[in-house]
Amino acid sequence: MSISWFLTVSALIFCIGAGGVMTRRNPLVVLLCLELMLNAANLALIAFSRMHGNHDGQIFAIVVMVVAACEVTVGLGVIVAMYRRRVPIDVDELRELQG
Amino acid sequence: MAEVLFFITAIGAISGAVGVIALRNPFYSVLALVVHLISLAMLFLLLQAEFVAAAQVIVYAGAVMVLYVFVVSYVGGSEEPTGQQAGRTFKLASIAFGGSLFIVLAIAILGSGLQALDGEGAPYVAGFGSPETIGKLLLTDFLLPFEVASFLLLIAAVGAVTLARRRGGLETPGELATYSALDFVRPAGTGTMAEGVGGRRRLPPAADEPKDAPQ
Repeated sequence: MSISWFLTVSALIFCIGAGGVMTRRNPLVVLLCLELMLNAANLALIAFSRMHGNHDGQIFAIVVMVVAACEVTVGLGVIVAMYRRRVPIDVDELRELQG
Repeated sequence: MAEVLFFITAIGAISGAVGVIALRNPFYSVLALVVHLISLAMLFLLLQAEFVAAAQVIVYAGAVMVLYVFVVSYVGGSEEPTGQQAGRTFKLASIAFGGSLFIVLAIAILGSGLQALDGEGAPYVAGFGSPETIGKLLLTDFLLPFEVASFLLLIAAVGAVTLARRRGGLETPGELATYSALDFVRPAGTGTMAEGVGGRRRLPPAADEPKDAPQ
């Protein structure tokens, strides 16, 4: 398979994720769509790593996975805190940053 | 063979991604993301990234998704109400945005004129992407990013506990009414874990001690 196929799949997944971030209103699903975009970037990085025969892209992908795990942890913590405080779990309702 | 496998896994990955944004119930979205991640791990294997594929399955599809499933079942996967006013035009606009973004990216990829994009990539080298080489690189060339990533994970763990902890003053009356023997033996401020998160069980308030107002 040529590398451009992988890059096209990666671009498609990234656009699906970007559309999902804009359309969905549940912050849990918005986080899932962010994961989609990060994974699309990972796929592109690994495809380029294969293209060059160099490992740097794979290391970069692993670091991206670590950052994504941190982002998920903190994001889910925020959602649980919102649920505890009876704040509506809806990104359209959350317009203010008051404590 | 590689072509067949590529198309099967690519279709799996894309349909999983579509399922994440199309399914109404967040719980099903999480399950669709698991399908997407496993298909993506197979794509990584096709690109000879064995260690990253294994990490993807274990860390992402295993650990992170379990976290998601727990939070969805805790918060309660409330289905989104549909047909909100002014929601439909915005939805169409965002779909158009996604489509145009894909067109731009496809032009950038296919019109770049890079010869290497049409090839299979660099010639095969035994051990490319194996855990051994990745580990060696992580401990030599990429030692600083490795350590920074571990520190970032530590900060994220502390931050998540701080964000999601139980605030003080939220104990239910039933919890406040029950006491263990330790509550009487142990002096206050001994640094127990319950005190650390601010959820310390209180002894019955003395006459002069004002009762804490709930936050």
